[in-house]
Amino acid sequence: MAEGTIVLGGGIAGIQAALDLADSGIKTYLIEQSPSLGGKMAQLDKTFPTNDCAMCILSPKLVAASRHPNIDLMVNTEVMDISGEKGDFKVKVVKHARFVKEELCTGCGLCAEKCPKKVPNTFEQKLAQRKAIYVPFPQAVPLKYTIDKENCLFFTRGKCKICEKVCPADAPDFEQSDEEITLDVHSVIIAPGFKITDPAKLANYGYGIFPNVITSLEFERLLSASGPTGGEIRRPSDNKVPKSIGFIQCVGSRDRSIGHPYCSSVCCMLSIKEAMIAKEHYPDLQTQIFFMDMRAFGKEFDEYYMKAEKEHGIIFTRNNRISGLNEDPDNRNIDVVYIDEGQLTQEEFDLMVLSVGMDISEDVQKVCQKLNIELNPYNFSKTDIFSPLETSHEGIFVCGAFSGPKDIPDSVAQSSGAASKAIGIISEKTSREETFKYVEGKTYPVEKDVSGEEPRIGVFICRCGINIGGIVDVPSVVNYAKTLPGVAYAEENTYTCSQDTQVHIKEKIEELNLNRIMVAACTPRTHEPLFQNTLQESGLNPYLFEMSNIRDQCSWVHMKEPEKATQKAKDLVRMAIAKAQLIEALPRNKVDITPAALVIGGGVTGMQSALDLASFGFETHLIEKTAELGGVMNKIHYTLDGKDIQAFLKDMIQRVESSSNIKVHKNSEVVDVNGYIGNFNSTIKENGTESTIDHGVAIIATGGVEYEPTEYLYGKDPKIINQLTFEKGIVDGSKNSGTVAMIQCVGCRNDERPYCSRVCCTEAVKNAIKFKDLNPDNKVYIIFKDLRTYGFRELYYEEAARKGVLFIRYYDESPPQVTNENGLEVKVHDHFINDDISIKPDFLVLSAAILPNKDNEKLNKLFKVPLSKDKFFLEAHMKLRPLDFATDGVFLAGLAHSPKFLEECLGQASGAAARAATVLSKPSLETEGVVSWVDKDMCIGCKMCESVCAYAAIKVDEDEAVSKVTEALCKGCGTCAASCPNRAITLKHFTRPQLISQISAAIKASEEG
Amino acid sequence: MAGEASTKPPADSEHHEAQTPPPGEPINLIAFCCNWCSYAGADLAGVSRLQYPPNVKIIRVMCTGRIEPEFLLHAFELGIDGVLVCGCHIGDCHYISGNEKAEVRINTLKKLMDMIGIDSRRLRLEWVSASEGTRFAETVKDFKEQIEKLGKNKIYIAQS
Repeated sequence: MAEGTIVLGGGIAGIQAALDLADSGIKTYLIEQSPSLGGKMAQLDKTFPTNDCAMCILSPKLVAASRHPNIDLMVNTEVMDISGEKGDFKVKVVKHARFVKEELCTGCGLCAEKCPKKVPNTFEQKLAQRKAIYVPFPQAVPLKYTIDKENCLFFTRGKCKICEKVCPADAPDFEQSDEEITLDVHSVIIAPGFKITDPAKLANYGYGIFPNVITSLEFERLLSASGPTGGEIRRPSDNKVPKSIGFIQCVGSRDRSIGHPYCSSVCCMLSIKEAMIAKEHYPDLQTQIFFMDMRAFGKEFDEYYMKAEKEHGIIFTRNNRISGLNEDPDNRNIDVVYIDEGQLTQEEFDLMVLSVGMDISEDVQKVCQKLNIELNPYNFSKTDIFSPLETSHEGIFVCGAFSGPKDIPDSVAQSSGAASKAIGIISEKTSREETFKYVEGKTYPVEKDVSGEEPRIGVFICRCGINIGGIVDVPSVVNYAKTLPGVAYAEENTYTCSQDTQVHIKEKIEELNLNRIMVAACTPRTHEPLFQNTLQESGLNPYLFEMSNIRDQCSWVHMKEPEKATQKAKDLVRMAIAKAQLIEALPRNKVDITPAALVIGGGVTGMQSALDLASFGFETHLIEKTAELGGVMNKIHYTLDGKDIQAFLKDMIQRVESSSNIKVHKNSEVVDVNGYIGNFNSTIKENGTESTIDHGVAIIATGGVEYEPTEYLYGKDPKIINQLTFEKGIVDGSKNSGTVAMIQCVGCRNDERPYCSRVCCTEAVKNAIKFKDLNPDNKVYIIFKDLRTYGFRELYYEEAARKGVLFIRYYDESPPQVTNENGLEVKVHDHFINDDISIKPDFLVLSAAILPNKDNEKLNKLFKVPLSKDKFFLEAHMKLRPLDFATDGVFLAGLAHSPKFLEECLGQASGAAARAATVLSKPSLETEGVVSWVDKDMCIGCKMCESVCAYAAIKVDEDEAVSKVTEALCKGCGTCAASCPNRAITLKHFTRPQLISQISAAIKASEEG
Repeated sequence: MAGEASTKPPADSEHHEAQTPPPGEPINLIAFCCNWCSYAGADLAGVSRLQYPPNVKIIRVMCTGRIEPEFLLHAFELGIDGVLVCGCHIGDCHYISGNEKAEVRINTLKKLMDMIGIDSRRLRLEWVSASEGTRFAETVKDFKEQIEKLGKNKIYIAQS
């Protein structure tokens, strides 16, 4: 019997897909070829545009995937063969021998310490060495050692086995053999990721010859606190800190000569980030980025780019491709020759970073052969704009960089989308209950009653690599913690959040009978749930946990004052322990979930979300403000590759309107929202009449609108039109010949709207090609700032250029001038030829910005969800939670998030459906423990609390004349507790004694000096 | 490296040195931050590596609406030199209106403080959103300087 889904690939894309499936109660096999989850993201130091530490945000996901009761994690595992069809695939996999018994290995590392054989460490990009018995990186999940057979002295020379002798757990097993397993599943998700282009192919850059030419991934390891240099940038030739670093963009991308004509989408931003972080390490460092077009097309990317230039002093040099590099043999510096203001210029750098592109490995190509998946000419998975998550093999879905170069949030959103498609295959054949049958998921041990016990606090202090440990004297903080009342145990950890530390914490709880845990590390906002889960696995109530933030609020903000930072860390630890002594176990209750969804916005995004949710069997209300479905897509006629959008749209509308689970509300808007996750009650006004809808989740897919230009005489001359009107003219034949000029970035990438609208470059190229195809004598001039045809869209940029479309770059200092006094004329200064150009077009087409929907500013108040500076919606986390809001049960997708393409909207729409399914699939939710509580004996029934509660969660019971709390409605803000004149109300976990104890502990600092 | 760093202290750290009171009497500040906006803003200051004086220690509450005037008076009574209360901007409160309640309470308390002889400038309410790391760091710097000008908390000194 087929059951569940296989996810191939344990990088961030595969992990997200697996977690979404598993959280919805779907049995999931997560298969990874290497010995650990993590993929490329684990190798990154920081992530753009928030400069979040990559490992910090990834690590909780690795741990969650490895612990999930519905995920069967199989590492060192390879796919051999597939048979059957969607709904019932048989997939043969081979689990390669690790030569270490997983169930026995504790990950202590003694074996690797003693192993005599050193091997280049591929995780560190061979900048360091590892042993023949190894874990790929310190936070590896699962943290189990592996013997590398190719290099092990026993396997190569027949003697050694030192690991076997030193292992305290008898884990090494030289007899272990590969194991073949056949998995019977409904569907497959493939997320194998990418490899970097081998720069050795690019001999002209001297990689592999000049030691001081390195790849961006190598540089990433040099930046990393846990990397081979401990976060110090040391150049390979002499180990010195460089004074100047150059970055060469498009190495292995946009380069037909090596068969990679596509753009790798992420490298521009990656280099900006690397230059920024490098300058953070060494403020006097010179950094210069040599690029062709700065492709900062994503959400808040352009702002990051501007900040890099203006605030961080990174030099950006626009050029044609840098043709080659030379080395100065005396000092081994790297010379680059480029054209600056028409002059041939030479510059010398201590270190040169090649911003290498994305490629697909041969291993992945082989797997695709076995799975019968068609590839595009560049070995990425072939997909269609209308079905971006589907491979050519029905029932096999794709996400992440393998379906086209993309960054982490785009991969994560797609992964949730692929999970949705995989659920769809299961729900096609079976009932809703059967589809989500494992949703009850995790059962924890029965909670121990610790109520009468004296506090026995276990204190775990994180070094966070060198993020904390490099500034705060962690051992002295540990020693100090040991002296504090209630502390039964204290220790330090390299990464308190890593999986091995979770096991260790559980052991300590057991061994020392700890009844409260305090972790001093990063922020509880991201890491509290992880540690609370560890407590629950040990049979402790999750509220017996307290956290102290000694990284984000101490070591990172007092980097230049290590002694004061250490003192402050002690103060913060003392304050947290003072509170930890008083915290109590809190009970949680169950609340039923309404298995229905409200989707706001009837464009393609909203419709796709609704279709996915309906296919899972959930009642879905689709709210559309206008009289027709389709949104802005009604105005777009064909895709970049020439497919008919209107036919696609018509079919989609028909499917939505005929679905028995979707109720379409046209001419409708949401006017009021009450309730909370699982139990929303919203009022909608449909054709002027109000009605209410009960729903468990909401998806906001309100789309965007086109900017109406005030620039370039728009509206003052009928020959000046926008891109949508031009497209319509091409289709209806009214615009089929003549000369057309197009101006890009109209209304965005300016002071008022600093963001990029992402799609306009490609739309301009699309219409230019179409116009040229109508008549090769037609002339098209595209006047642009950066041409941002990222990914495979670059091929159409090439095509347009080949067909004779002329591209003229303009700079902010000299924007094009449009006049119509003597006929329409566009004047622009071409920097390449350093001359003014005059164009007299028949039409001037403006590529106008995408604006956020005005309704966003109403909906954000109704749902209590934030907007970004640009007034698009702001997701819970820009990297790893692109489709969630911080408010539980509310999700977003499509243009409501930021400007994007149809295929990206469809991926996000399905993704939001999968995220919503993680809620709707459950029969009930547990309420929070942090709620208000009323001491009846103290309450005088004055109703003060009732008047301040924004949720009607506390009310005076008329019979008893005392206040009562409805726990499911209580959000735990504590406003009632602060308002009570008789101190009858307590907010649990933030009680008066707990907060006073923290304040009192804060003052001790000065007394002790 | 350490030697190099100490010979060339960055400009802003010199500035702090000049303002710091004599040894043994550092200014002691606490900041109540709401979980959703200001605590996140303080985290963002960290993620962005914005440096601010270490005199401030943050206490996390879910909402500024939780803060009882008594907590603040208690802090001054114990000798805290300044208390910063940071919440979501008006209209952004995760709990709809908790910050509005906090504003009313704190303004009332400030009046009371002046009456009982605690300089009300020792208590400051600021709105800091999750995306305002810079604002948080600047607020702390500014508040620390202001409290230094006021000197140590006299209520405490009188007691001791």
